[in-house]
This record gives sequence, C-alpha cells and structure tokens, in this order.
Amino acid sequence: MTMMATECLLELCEQRHELEDYQSGVPRWCTGCGDNAILAAVQRLCRDEGLRPEKTVFVSGIGCSSRFPHYMRTYGFHGIHGRALPVAEGVRLARPDLTVFVNTGDGDCCSIGAAHWIHAIRYNMNMTVFLHDNQIYGLTKMQASPTSPRGTKSNTTPRGSTLEALQPLSVTLGVQNVSFVAQAVDWIPESLFEIVKAAYHHQGFSFVRIVQRCPEWLPKVWDPWLHDPKRILMLDHPQGMQVSDGLKQVYKNQLAHDPSNLDRAREIASDTDRIPVGILYRNPEVPCYEELRATPGLRTTAKLKQGLEAELDKFTFWPQ
Amino acid sequence: MQTAQKTVTTLKEHVVEILSDSGEGAQRCGQTLGAIAARTGNGIWTVEIIPAEIRPPARSIAGASGNRIRIGSTRVSNGGDETDLVVAFNEQVLLGRVRAGELKPGCTILLENMWRSHGDAAIAAAYAETHARLVEAGYRVLEIPMEQACRALVSDPRRGKNMFALGMLCNLYSLELQLAREQIALTFGKKDAAVVAQNVKLLEAGHEWAEANLDFKYVIPAKPVTAPQVVINGNTAIALGVLASGMEICAMYPITPATSASHYLSDVFEKVGGIVHQAEDEIAACAFAIGASYAGKCAVTITSGPGYSLKQEAIGLAVMGEIPLVVVNVQRGGPSTGQPTKVEQGDLMAAIFGSHGDAPKVVMAPSTIEDCFYSIITARRIAETFNMVVVVLSDASLATSQQPFARPEFSESWVAPPVDQSAIPEGMKPYDWNEATGLARRFIPGQPNGMHTLTGLAHDRASHVAYDPEVNEESIHFRSLKLAALQKTLKTPPVFGGDSGDLLVVGWGSTQGAIEEAVATLRAEGRKVSSVHLRFLQPLPGGLKRIMQRFRRVMTIEGNWSDRPDDAIIDEDNRRYSALALLLRARTLVDVDCWSEVRGEPIKPGTIRRVLLDALKPKAKERAR
Ligand SMILES: Cc1ncc(C[n+]2csc(CCOP(=O)(O)OP(=O)(O)O)c2C)c(N)n1
Ligand code: SF4
Ligand SMILES: [Mg+2]
Repeated sequence: MTMMATECLLELCEQRHELEDYQSGVPRWCTGCGDNAILAAVQRLCRDEGLRPEKTVFVSGIGCSSRFPHYMRTYGFHGIHGRALPVAEGVRLARPDLTVFVNTGDGDCCSIGAAHWIHAIRYNMNMTVFLHDNQIYGLTKMQASPTSPRGTKSNTTPRGSTLEALQPLSVTLGVQNVSFVAQAVDWIPESLFEIVKAAYHHQGFSFVRIVQRCPEWLPKVWDPWLHDPKRILMLDHPQGMQVSDGLKQVYKNQLAHDPSNLDRAREIASDTDRIPVGILYRNPEVPCYEELRATPGLRTTAKLKQGLEAELDKFTFWPQ
Repeated sequence: MQTAQKTVTTLKEHVVEILSDSGEGAQRCGQTLGAIAARTGNGIWTVEIIPAEIRPPARSIAGASGNRIRIGSTRVSNGGDETDLVVAFNEQVLLGRVRAGELKPGCTILLENMWRSHGDAAIAAAYAETHARLVEAGYRVLEIPMEQACRALVSDPRRGKNMFALGMLCNLYSLELQLAREQIALTFGKKDAAVVAQNVKLLEAGHEWAEANLDFKYVIPAKPVTAPQVVINGNTAIALGVLASGMEICAMYPITPATSASHYLSDVFEKVGGIVHQAEDEIAACAFAIGASYAGKCAVTITSGPGYSLKQEAIGLAVMGEIPLVVVNVQRGGPSTGQPTKVEQGDLMAAIFGSHGDAPKVVMAPSTIEDCFYSIITARRIAETFNMVVVVLSDASLATSQQPFARPEFSESWVAPPVDQSAIPEGMKPYDWNEATGLARRFIPGQPNGMHTLTGLAHDRASHVAYDPEVNEESIHFRSLKLAALQKTLKTPPVFGGDSGDLLVVGWGSTQGAIEEAVATLRAEGRKVSSVHLRFLQPLPGGLKRIMQRFRRVMTIEGNWSDRPDDAIIDEDNRRYSALALLLRARTLVDVDCWSEVRGEPIKPGTIRRVLLDALKPKAKERAR
C-alpha cells in the first residue's frame, strides 16, 4: 500500500495520556473472569506506550472475550464470530499508520476461525493478537471448545469431551512464517503485562495465548496450577524476558530459554503438565506481508490517471 | 498463383465460429478476428466457447474450445442466433455444437481434412462417418488441408493453424490483411519479433490459400470509426472500473468465471498503488475488504455464486456497521458448484435478500461491457455516499464477451477522495442518522474524537450495544431509509420501442442486447412490443408501474428458473416465477408474466422473438371473454 499524505506528517506535540483515557464503560464480565486482568494489562500498555487512542484499533470476533474493544476508548471493531483476523488484516493493509490489536477466544480463533488463524501467521502482518483461552465457549453458555481438555463436562459433552485438546502454541509454532509466540496466565499480572508489552514491540504477527479463567463455567480447571506455583514454568532469557526477582521467589520453576530456538520452543509448547509463561519464540527477521506488498511512492490521482490511460491504450483502436 | 472465380455476397451480419481442441488456439484466432473487424468499423460481439474440463481429451465433444464472433455492419449488442460459418480443426468438436442446435441449417463448415487419411483407422472412420452425416444434414462442408498447408511453414502445425485459419477468414470476409498484420503485432508484441513474423507468415498463407481455392467471399459493409474505441471483455472492464473508481484494495479468492477480472487486476493494480489480496477463502476475502473499508479505503471483493454464498454473514456485518463495500458477483450456473463456465442469472434474490435479518443493500446489474466498467465506478460512489454494501451482478456471458465501446475519458470525480482524517465535532455520534434520509457521517479510525467500537450487535447512535426495542427498530428503520434516499435519485429507465402497446418486456443484466434486438425485429414487423431494461434491481427505480399500465401485457425474460405453466401440476397457486417477475409483481401489483431458460447459454434474440410472438397471441382465457 502506498501512504497517504497525512501519514507522512510527524506528530509534533506528543500528548500524555492517563489510564482513564483508554477506559470505556464498565466491563460486563463475571467477577473473577480472567478477561478483566487482560484488559487492565492492555490499558496499562496503551498508557505507558502513549498510544494515540484515535490511531489505535482493537478488532475482535464474537464471544465474551470479544467484548474487549467496547471497554477501550480507542477505535474498535466487534465483528463476527471467527473473522477478527481477516478484518484486522484489511485494516492493517489499508492503514499502516494505525496500531492494530486483536482479541479472540478459543472458539473464535481455534475453531470457527481456524483457517484464518493459520493464514494470519503466514501473512505475518504487524499486529498484536491475544488469544483469550478459557478452554470453553463462554458466551454461549458452556460448550466444549477445541482447547477443552479431554474429559471436560460441558453442555454438549455431558459425559465428558472425547477428544484430546488442540494446543494453540504448538499449532502456531508449526506454521511457516511464525514470528512471535508467547504465553501468559491471567493471574500473574506482572508477567502478563511484560508479555503483552513484548508482543506489542515485536514487528510482525505477535501471538499471545493467555490462559484465562472462566469462573462461571470452569471454576476449577486451573486449580492445580493456581495452587501449585511449581507447575508454572517461567521462561527466562536475556534475549527474551527476564523474570523479576519477586516472581522468581514465588515461581521457583524457571527455564533459560532462548526465544530464537524454534525447535526448543516447540518442545516447551508441548509440555501439558506445566504451563510455560514467557516468550517461546521470536524472530524479527520474518518479513511482514504489508511490507512485501507495499508499492513505492505516493498514490495520486495523476498517477492513477496515467496508469488507467496506459491500460486503455492497450485495448484502444483509433480512427484511421 | 491461381485465383478462384468468386461469388461475392454482401451481408448485414454473420456469425462465425472457430472450434478446436483446447490448446490449438481457436480462441486467439477468434478474438483476433473480432478485433480486426472492430478496427475495420464493423460491430462485433465475441463469445468464448470454453471446454468444461481443464484437460479434455483430444478430439472430444466436450473438449470444444473456441470463439464465436458475430460481425455486423452496425453496432452488435449480443451474440446473436445460430452460426452461419464454422472453422473446425476436427469433426468431433463440431458435434457438440450441432447437437446443441448452435449451427444454422445449411451452415458453411470449413473442416480440417487431415483426419480422412489418418493412420488410426478408427479416427479416419469416425471422420468419414461424421462428414457424411453433416453433408446429409444439409450443411455445406468444405474440406480444407489446413494441416498440410501449415506443415510447409512450421514444424508443429498445432501451434500455427489458428493463424492460417485467421488468414482464410480475413479473405472470406474481405478484411484488410494489413489490419490483421497490425493486430497480430499487437497481440504477440510482448513476445519477440520472430514470433510475430512467423504468425504473419501463416496468416498470409491462409489468406492466399482461400484466395486461390475458395469460390466465395463476403462483404459486411463497415462504417469507419470516428472516435477511439476499446475492445475488452466484461471482466477486464470490471477490473478497469476498479482502477478508475480509485479503490485501492481488492480481496478475492479464485473462482470461475470471476477469476479473470482478478488476474488482470493483479497484473495492473500495483502500478497505480493498488493491491489484489488473494485471501484464504471468500469469507476472509470479504472480511478483509470490510476491514480495509472500515479503515477508510472502500474496497471491493470479486466472486461468483459459491463464494457469494460464503460471504453472506460478512455482508450482513457491513450492512449493520454501515461500512461501504463493493461486492462483484459474476454469476454462473447454480446451485452448488453448478455450471462454473456457463451463463445464468440465478443470484438476483440472493443478492437482494441474502444475509439474515433485514439487510438492505444496493443491487446493480450491468447490461453491456461498457456498463461493467461504469457500474463499478458508480458502485463505489454509492457505497461511500450511503455507507452501504453495493452488489454488482455481472454474469458469465458479460465476463467473456467482447464488444467495442467508446474509450472512457477519465474524470477525477470517479475517484474516491482521500481518507477523511478531520476531527469529529464535539457531541457528534457515529450513527447520527439523519431523520429524513438515514444518512450519517462515516467515522474512520484516525479521526480525533471519533473513537467508538463498531459492532455487529444492535446498537444505538453512539454504537453502544442496545437491546432496547425502540433503539433496535430505530436503527433498522434508518438503515432501510437509505435505500429510499438512493431510490429518490434514480431515473425511470427509458422505454425501448413505443410508449404503449400490446406487450412490454422487462429484463436485467446481460440479456439487454438480445431482448432489444428481438423487440426491434418484431416492431419492424408491425408488432406493438417494447422493452425496459433495469440497471438497479434494489432499489427499483420509480415510474415502472406507470410504464407497465400502458401495455396490455407485461413479462420478463430472464436466465433463471421459472416453472413452466404447461407442466401438469403447475398452476397459479404453485407456479414459481422468475426472480425479477416476482419482484415486479410485489412492487407494482401488475400481473407480470415471465419466460426464462437455464440452458447455460446466452439467450438468443431469435428465441426471444418466438417467445414474444407466442405471448402476443391472445390467451385462451382472453379469447373466451
Ligand atoms: C456464525 C456463528 N456461529 C455461532 C455463533 C454463536 N457463538 C457466539 S460466541 C461463540 C463461542 C464463543 O467462544 P469463545 O470464542 O471461546 O469465546 P468466549 O466466550 O469463551 O470468550 C459461539 C459459538 C455466532 N455468534 N456466530
Ligand atoms: S462466562 Fe466465563 S468467560 Fe464469560 S465473562 Fe463469565 S467468566 Fe468470563
Ligand atoms: Mg472461550
């Protein structure tokens, strides 16, 4: 895409923003819902990074988690179930000057929107994607999702779900052009914020799976991990994220993992016993689709006219 | 060189076909012939004959590939009736055309004769048998040693015969050889000079051969063109329309017969800063276009039936969010995979009523190749003026047919203005619907003070999710009102023929030329028949009822299904009417009848003439009165 004239202007007066500048309305999520923690982390990110609300767009699909844009005082696009990613891609391609975030649920992303998820990784467009993975369909009142652990009792699997859960990290890490994969849990706000921030700073498709509690439908699934901090595996590396001393005190299980190591990232992702938290993979070298497709120069009416006339010439016959 | 004694016949028009196995270049031969005739000043309409399969076996009925060119001394508006003259590279490709009734009785057939003495006895026998049957059926079959003549010039006649045939045809239709040379240079110009020279040599050989051996010639008088003309097919016209409209993004997924529009656009769009994005499926393509439009750059998505079905939910989102969007549906035979390469007008109802709930959108249908170009420009403007989805219904006939039209003169008013990034005034809401028109300023990301979340849920003026009965009804009301506001700007379409009479024919889309030709023929015979052709199907322009009331009977002619009244179990209680007829009946309360066919071919003017003659006969009921 070519740039618009306005995109070339420098922002002369930097504005300072407060948290309230990014808050909109009172979230209607259940108390204890992990989405609240994600919202808090993202609002803090916007403030800390001084994102201009009018230049920021949150795109979502449908689900509890997809209500997210309504609670941000930025531009938002609350679309249709499963299609947040292609909408966000269109926004991004049309307007490279905008900062694009995506909020999507495990049903939204890994089931109905699975094709778009695979291809979005491959396009590697610069956007930050939060997979709110509560392992259940929240909004439609408790049906099994592709990420529900086998045996999950839900309204459509009253005797327990029969299939092994799909692993979003493994899937993402398996796709060509993957450039950033991280995992966070909603109940460790400090690392959640750091991960969200690292994702935002990555140029490319930053995919963050956030383990999100749904106390309404699956109040107990995460108890083993909540009650046993040793089952959290903190990824720590100078090239990745550095775990603070405070966190190290609580989460004793740490692993030095270089996020440029894809094979190792895949191994870590396949650990279902522990929840790895941190950056699994980062490769800033993968080109972004919008850059690959960019056309040089400013698009002007004169250029358009010239191009059209040149094409018409090919098909024109003139009076003899 | 000997010259045969010639009978020269002057014609008003002729329909010519060139048929071969696919890969033998009959399509190129036909297109080039059409271009030469057009440059001469003849009216032309060319139609591609496309094999149904990718690699059909050689010498098979289903493998017929080629082109059909109608050449006239004045403007030609459609493919016309049965064929007058055919060049065929083998006898099998002819058979399908004969069976489909595409050849006129007594039609001249120029047939490659190499098969008569073919080494494979079965092939030689098949040829001899078919030849005999064609002669017996009254066709004038001339056996031509095309292969033999070409072999003297090229090692692989399969790759050159088409230019030899072109030379013969130029001779037969008294077209200037120099124009043909120039056209070949244009067509093959991209390749090297040797290729051009080789093809010109074959062309000249064909011309000479016909001059020496054929005893007839035709002249179709032409009026030299006085203004520049372009010759393109409907899909190229659509792609150029996208360019001219100032749109920058086309998101698509490949599907016949829409793909060639995207192919061409992919080739040229980037030169003017545009992008064709091939998405992972049609849902993604539509959502991608919606994202781009929402972000301020009205986008287009191009598809055909099956893809159009997939886009429905996303189209509803654009309607709900009031996001401008242009959707092109190059219709093909349906339902399901149907007939991918064939003509049908089966998607009108899907276009108007598709997507769930009340989803008002604009539906336009171009009726000529020129119209394909301008419709896209208009569609973009309407989409952005009314913040609506505009569906453009083309079809497989327009997609592949070529017809010359006046070279468009670029106007800056065609082009989308730059993305508005001015601040939203204090207090203005994203859906501040105007009470009279339903219109509201479109909020675009980047505009200060305009922050809101667009949602596919029911919402109020502030774009806040609303379950309130009043709010829901109000928003549906305003989204619908925009259609009425647009409708107020539409002109009543002109009547072709007389202002009143016995029969009014109403049509839409690619059938315009054939309908008007049939009407003109009947009027010349003294019949009081007229026609109206609709470019806007949703909303329908005003004044239709008043026109209809001046005719004794009204009927539509359409390329979609309608129940046959003579089926034993079909009566007025269960008859399914054609799409436009049903719409017009509902809109005007006039007893609009219909006739339709779904044969996958463009409807012929001769067929329409017969149908109209039949409709002009007093019905049994009327006679009894
Ligand atoms: C096409 C379509 N199918 C089904 C639905 C119903 N639906 C809405 S949200 C949802 C699942 C939500 O689950 P998830 O994506 O995990 O989000 P969560 O509510 O858990 O955050 C479904 C099936 C829909 N809105 N659209
Ligand atoms: S149902 Fe679950 S996911 Fe939805 S808001 Fe409540 S806790 Fe959150
Ligand atoms: Mg969920």
